[in-house]
Amino acid sequence: MSGVALQTAGLCKSFGAIQVAVDIDFALESGARHALIGPNGAGKTSFVNLLTGALRPSAGRVMLHGEDVTALDQIARARRGIARTFQINQLFRGLSVLENVCLAVAERIGACGELWRPMGRQRAVIAEAMALLEEVRLAGDAAKPVKQLAYGRQRLVELAIALGQRPKVLLLDEPAAGVPSAESHIILDAVDRLPADIAVLMIEHDMALVFRFAKLVTVMVAGAVLTQGAPDEIAADPRVRAVYLGGAHV
Amino acid sequence: MAAADSAVTFLTERHRWHWSEALPWIVAVGCFFVFPGYLAFGAQILIAILFALSLDLILGYAGIVTLGHAAFFGAGAYTAGLLAARLGWSEPLSCLVLGAVAAAALGFVSGWFLLRYAGLTLLMLTLAAAVLLSEFANAQADITGGFDGVTGIEMWPLFGVFNYDLYGHTNYVYALATLFAVFLAARRIVHSPFGQALIGIRENTNRMRAIGSPVHRRLVTVYTISAGMAGIAGALFAETNAFVTLDVLSFQRSAAVLVMLIFGGTGRLYGAFFGAAIYMLLEHNLAKLNPQFWEFGLGAALVLTVLFARRGLLGLVEDFGARFRSAPS
Amino acid sequence: MAHIADVTFNLLFDGLAYGMILFIISVGLSVTMGLMGFVNLAHGAFAMAGGFVTVTLVGKLGMPFLPALLLASVVVGAASVPFERLLYRRLYKAGELDQVLMSVGLVLIAGAAFTFVYGPAPQALKLPAALDGPVTVFGQSLSAYRLFMVAVGFLLIAALWFAFERTGVGARVRAAVDNRRMAQSLGIDVDLLFTLTFALGSGLAALGGGLAVDITGLTPAFAVQYLVFFLIVVAVGGLGSLKGAFVAALLLGIIDNAGKYLYPEGGGYFIYAATMLLLLLRPAGLYGRG
Repeated sequence: MSGVALQTAGLCKSFGAIQVAVDIDFALESGARHALIGPNGAGKTSFVNLLTGALRPSAGRVMLHGEDVTALDQIARARRGIARTFQINQLFRGLSVLENVCLAVAERIGACGELWRPMGRQRAVIAEAMALLEEVRLAGDAAKPVKQLAYGRQRLVELAIALGQRPKVLLLDEPAAGVPSAESHIILDAVDRLPADIAVLMIEHDMALVFRFAKLVTVMVAGAVLTQGAPDEIAADPRVRAVYLGGAHV
Repeated sequence: MAAADSAVTFLTERHRWHWSEALPWIVAVGCFFVFPGYLAFGAQILIAILFALSLDLILGYAGIVTLGHAAFFGAGAYTAGLLAARLGWSEPLSCLVLGAVAAAALGFVSGWFLLRYAGLTLLMLTLAAAVLLSEFANAQADITGGFDGVTGIEMWPLFGVFNYDLYGHTNYVYALATLFAVFLAARRIVHSPFGQALIGIRENTNRMRAIGSPVHRRLVTVYTISAGMAGIAGALFAETNAFVTLDVLSFQRSAAVLVMLIFGGTGRLYGAFFGAAIYMLLEHNLAKLNPQFWEFGLGAALVLTVLFARRGLLGLVEDFGARFRSAPS
Repeated sequence: MAHIADVTFNLLFDGLAYGMILFIISVGLSVTMGLMGFVNLAHGAFAMAGGFVTVTLVGKLGMPFLPALLLASVVVGAASVPFERLLYRRLYKAGELDQVLMSVGLVLIAGAAFTFVYGPAPQALKLPAALDGPVTVFGQSLSAYRLFMVAVGFLLIAALWFAFERTGVGARVRAAVDNRRMAQSLGIDVDLLFTLTFALGSGLAALGGGLAVDITGLTPAFAVQYLVFFLIVVAVGGLGSLKGAFVAALLLGIIDNAGKYLYPEGGGYFIYAATMLLLLLRPAGLYGRG
């Protein structure tokens, strides 16, 4: 499937006098491996929140597969195929790893409207969740309560939940954030293995990860898009270097 | 992979009945034979368990903190009481059902508005709503009897056959059977995918929204069901006590059921059994002796529970069991 | 015509006086809830304690009313410190439910303790001659005591406003309410601030409680009876807002007083309906943030 998966036109958002999004025109292609970089406070997470519907824009439009979803809330957009991960883990801490992913799968297929027959009978849901855990190499921890896992592996659960939604668009907010460097390869490997047909947008600070993952990089500064291009073009761009004040990672 | 398989098996088998689940029912049935002089009080304990059970669904599983759950108990009580005493319709089961329906309707309407909020705002709203209902009932004294309440409730024989004796045999069995039926339904709900979603909402509401869960709809659904169950408890209260006063809607009642559930342990259904039974027994015996002593002890027990035994009696039992199992043998 | 004007004026004035008491008691709760985020249902117990201590000082020890009032506030404020350090502090990071449960436990303990010591009957308090009886203001005959209360209320809000807006300590409190972590990283001793604010709030509650004895009556059930009102003042006014607590308390006092007068049968529930409506429209209260 080709074409534009997710798109914004003239997207603006302000909180009183503070503008976090300034007239953003953005396009995420199907099957994309797209990175969003920029200094702290550039408005990257706010932009993701605008894309998912967690934030309502002050002006502009958001389009998912050509459909205008600006008026839809987070829940409606998630049901239309947008999934995201959070910079700080948002897990179901009292539940096991398997249950965490089962929730995403079950909600997706509408199984959670079932009040009478037990969760145990949802064999298909459990099997799919298990398969997902195998994909991200977490199957061995399936029964463990999520809060007992090392932070790096918790970050994988964070990703697995989003994958349980079988999204067409996946927004990753600094997937390697907070992960000790000894464990970060498990995140990188999982990101490498993401299905090719999902459009992926990743916010990242770690340039090594950006280079490894991205075919296209957008640079955001002070709520607006500065420039966009292939990773090596961006790395060579003097404006980008200036914004990063010497660009330590590039 | 063994670990993965055990995880799957755990999930697929979790809803199966465990032998220990028979214990509360054996005890309840046993009390019928062992304490024939206390059956009237016993029925009240069963009603309290039912009320606490209804609260566990929304508090223990869905994480909805409310200070106004007595509103639904009272709605059920007044519905059944008024039907019997004022309209002359005293068929016990239909009064029970109508009490449940009235309470559930109240739950649906109030829940639809209130459950858009969370935290302190929700707490305040549930408190204000319950007090509002209580004051409103007080104001409509010509219907509700105001401070004196509704008296002279005489229920027709159960199934047209079982009369109510002075010792409360019929009422006890009636209450026990109702509790069992409602418990079965509650157990089904918490083991269902819906129940799992409720836990998800409790653990991380934002993530549930992000994965596309219709959170508000789920919360209103469980709130309505819980209100209906509380209404059943209230209707039973009216029918077995033969009177209803404003106390059924009071903040004290909302606080008491909350305390019962905390003492027993939330989110496990059986906590309601422990907590309600122990609370009622202690209140019955201590409050008679010395009301201040009971009030003080209750307050102290509450503070200690929150600080040291947050998961209640069931939590202590579980911790003890875990230590027992992990001790070297 | 003049009669209606008279009645209205009296209703407003009585409601104002009643509202002032609610303000004096609740302002401490608003600040501590805004500052510590702690849902303290036991706040009324400190007011109640203030009332009982005042009654004892005046009745048993023969102290004059005003000094007794002040001493009671100081005593209760100081006595609240061990509660804050030993109990409340442990639950600052806990959820609303835990805080509600613990504070309900404390209210029960307080109620039982005061019933044990003082008995369940309402307490009598002899007002000083200067405050007893009517006073003529602008041709109106007003209760001197209520006039006193209104005066105290205005003095208090002025003093508090000055303390919060114009002093260093007040600035630190406002900073900590706004952003606790940031305040800590700026070197503000947040722990000490919490304790001081809690003591101040409890002391003020005690002052209000002492003042309330003659207006609302005092029994060991006071804390529970008026619990909802204190919470309404705080929730409607907005957590941590002095202005909010003041406005909400006065509104509540006037509406409740008027409601009970105009509809003695059922005026009681206007206030709850109004509260719900307001919270549904403005969940953070009139002057709350977020």
